[in-house]
Amino acid sequence: MFGYYLDLAWRSLRRTPVMTALMVLAIGLGIGASMTMLTVLHVMSDDPLPDRSAHLFVPHLDPRPANFTQNLYAPDASANFTYPDAMALVSSRQAVRQAAMAGGTLLARRSGTGHTPFYADGRFTTPDFFAMFDLSFLSGSAWSQADEDARARVVVLSESLSREVFGTADSVGRIAHLNDADLRVVGVTRDWQPNPMFYADADAKEFSDADRFFLPLSTSLDLKFNTNGNQSSWAGSIEHNSPTLTWLQVWVQLDTASEVTAYRRYLADYAGQQKKLGRYERSADSAHLYSLMEWLAIERKVPSDIHLQVWLALAFLAVCITNIVALLLAKFLRRGGEISVRRAMGARRRDIFIQLATESAVIGFAGGVLGLILAQLGLWSVRHRPDDYAHLASMDGPMLAFTFALALGASLLAGLLPAWRACRITPALQLKTQ
Amino acid sequence: MEIRPILSSLHKHRVPALLIVLEIALACAVLCNAVFMIGQCIAGVRAPSAIDEQGLSVISLGGIDEAHVESGMARNLAALRAIAGVQAAAAISDVPLGPDIWYDGLTARPDEESQINSSEYFLGSGGEQALGLKLLKGRFFSAEEFADSTLLPSHVSSSHVVLINESDARRMWPGESALGKQIYGDNAAWTVVGVVADVLGQDPNGNGPAGMYSSIFFPQRPSASLNHYVVRSAPQDRDRVLRDALQVLGKLEPGAVLEGKIYADMRADYFADTRDMAWMLMMVCVVMLAVTALGIVGLTSFWVGQRRRQIGIRRAVGASCANILHYFQTENFLLSTAGVVLGVVFGFAVNVYLMENYEVSRMPWYYLGCGALALWLLGQGAVLGPALRAAQVPPVVATRSV
Repeated sequence: MFGYYLDLAWRSLRRTPVMTALMVLAIGLGIGASMTMLTVLHVMSDDPLPDRSAHLFVPHLDPRPANFTQNLYAPDASANFTYPDAMALVSSRQAVRQAAMAGGTLLARRSGTGHTPFYADGRFTTPDFFAMFDLSFLSGSAWSQADEDARARVVVLSESLSREVFGTADSVGRIAHLNDADLRVVGVTRDWQPNPMFYADADAKEFSDADRFFLPLSTSLDLKFNTNGNQSSWAGSIEHNSPTLTWLQVWVQLDTASEVTAYRRYLADYAGQQKKLGRYERSADSAHLYSLMEWLAIERKVPSDIHLQVWLALAFLAVCITNIVALLLAKFLRRGGEISVRRAMGARRRDIFIQLATESAVIGFAGGVLGLILAQLGLWSVRHRPDDYAHLASMDGPMLAFTFALALGASLLAGLLPAWRACRITPALQLKTQ
Repeated sequence: MEIRPILSSLHKHRVPALLIVLEIALACAVLCNAVFMIGQCIAGVRAPSAIDEQGLSVISLGGIDEAHVESGMARNLAALRAIAGVQAAAAISDVPLGPDIWYDGLTARPDEESQINSSEYFLGSGGEQALGLKLLKGRFFSAEEFADSTLLPSHVSSSHVVLINESDARRMWPGESALGKQIYGDNAAWTVVGVVADVLGQDPNGNGPAGMYSSIFFPQRPSASLNHYVVRSAPQDRDRVLRDALQVLGKLEPGAVLEGKIYADMRADYFADTRDMAWMLMMVCVVMLAVTALGIVGLTSFWVGQRRRQIGIRRAVGASCANILHYFQTENFLLSTAGVVLGVVFGFAVNVYLMENYEVSRMPWYYLGCGALALWLLGQGAVLGPALRAAQVPPVVATRSV
């Protein structure tokens, strides 16, 4: 029966080619625009570490004074940690793994003479960073806690930086010159670029930057390296170890629900204790523990422009669908005669309904194909935008399937009302007036 | 034109009629908001900045040993000024729309806190002329002021004098002259010695309307934080001047990281996103209007086809071609009006929602008016074709059975 309905749909659509083309075009344009933007949103709000994100958490403390007023256009002063708080959390070892970190940009020099130096982005952090985020080493290993405590002059390079500086991926044991410091290479990691760079300060370009070196936080303080990103202070002091300057990010790994509960309690206790000591002015309730995906949602790593564009595309799809509903309705109702004849010859209302729905689905399928082509064109143009997320914009399998589902769903939905109206035509009346 | 028969006919086809109304309403709501956002994008891209934007080239210098900055700077500037076609050159901490953002909250009273990010610019000697600042009142910095000022370890200028933007002067001391007034920052105060025409801030997109033109200029003696050189020339010379300047500096500072850019390109890069957004909005608007128009054409055509017999009868009993034409035009006018009224309400609601959730400001009423007018015209334009076809239905149709 379905084949017969398809045949009927094909005949009917061929009878009004302009109208059919118009409907296919409308749904194709609507689907194309929506899928372009939904794909961009999808790739941007994707899980950066699907294997590990369930175990990664970010604690949040609020050391700001009670009378602190947050400037509307300035970054959140409580988003990061002060040095004393970060060190207290990391050295307490209450989580499975924990690391404090901050981003920095250093001047790297290629080995040999006569080369111009260049800037490289990297991270100042504590040793758990590598195991917690599951970075894989090509050679060597992370520095030890002893190195961290001793402010050892050591560094871990990414494969690409190692190649750029030394011409080889195996540079363990060699000396890298970063800014004016000589640092011994203890490990080389495979290049690592989670999208977004979830652990970085919100000021970073999270969709295009990648860390190319890692060195002990204590060493970076000793060498007075500058850090990137949001550094907010409220008591005038901008020394890095000040209790009134927030600039560090802290991440912890917690594997079970009971560990999460215990860590929550630990954070609240810590905040309560700091309040008792008179250092914190806000209540212990201000301490929170967020999972990785919660944190990404809070920090709004997806730019608001993208949200606006998604809304715009969906509104456009709504206009297209309304348009198709009106056209289908006109088309189906005009075929009152044909429908009445079929009804009079024994077709049930349900049969008519299914027949007309099939016709809508055919339009939806054709619109889906067109929409897919348009969405690929749209994504191609997004990839040529200057934004840092541009290179991510391409469709994966699920999004491809979703495109068709959306196109079919939209056109079936559009066909629903017209088909329902058409199958309620009274055959006797129609046949008599003819 | 009698509208009662039109209304009763629409009542009979109320579902398609309602759909058309809904489509027009949606299109109107989206159109108003999109056009408003396009307007805002264009205003941003075109925002004036009172420096010599067309003549400037900017070279950023990194990786220089701090001990040699001072001695190197005089030599570098002398070499830059010697390049043919260079009108002025100076060292500066950052340029408007530049990457090295430096903000402070500045107020007219010592105990106040500012909620505006003011962009701070530290100028080396001759920086005012090199940028092409337009002095409106007061004076530029003196040689002693340049020599005496530096950046304290607390990241505050040790200078006693500043130049400020016209907008800031008006905001802080409305109706008074800003000259000689004290301006307060974190634990420091400076005297305003000059007011310049508005210069853009370092990141106007992220600073709201008040931060866009909040800029303050400090004098500074040679130091490591003055890590950009601005070179001013005639616009037609700037490409060559930049090439020469990079060559000269490359020779003088062999260990440095040099990056040179034409200022006009920097500005274009900064606003590239905004421009893209405007183009996208425009494209969506055009396509959406086309789809709406085609929808109206399609539906009216069907109605005309359906009513051929009735039209024939009306013609047979004396209606002229013009009567039939006007019938369909009036019908469309009624539908459009209903759609537009609904659309204006929708559009306003969307704007309110966007204001609450995104950085979008209140839409002036005339955007709603223009959107409504556009859809009215679109409706009339779209209905003309089918209506003319309807008007050509001959009266003889009335006598035929189907």
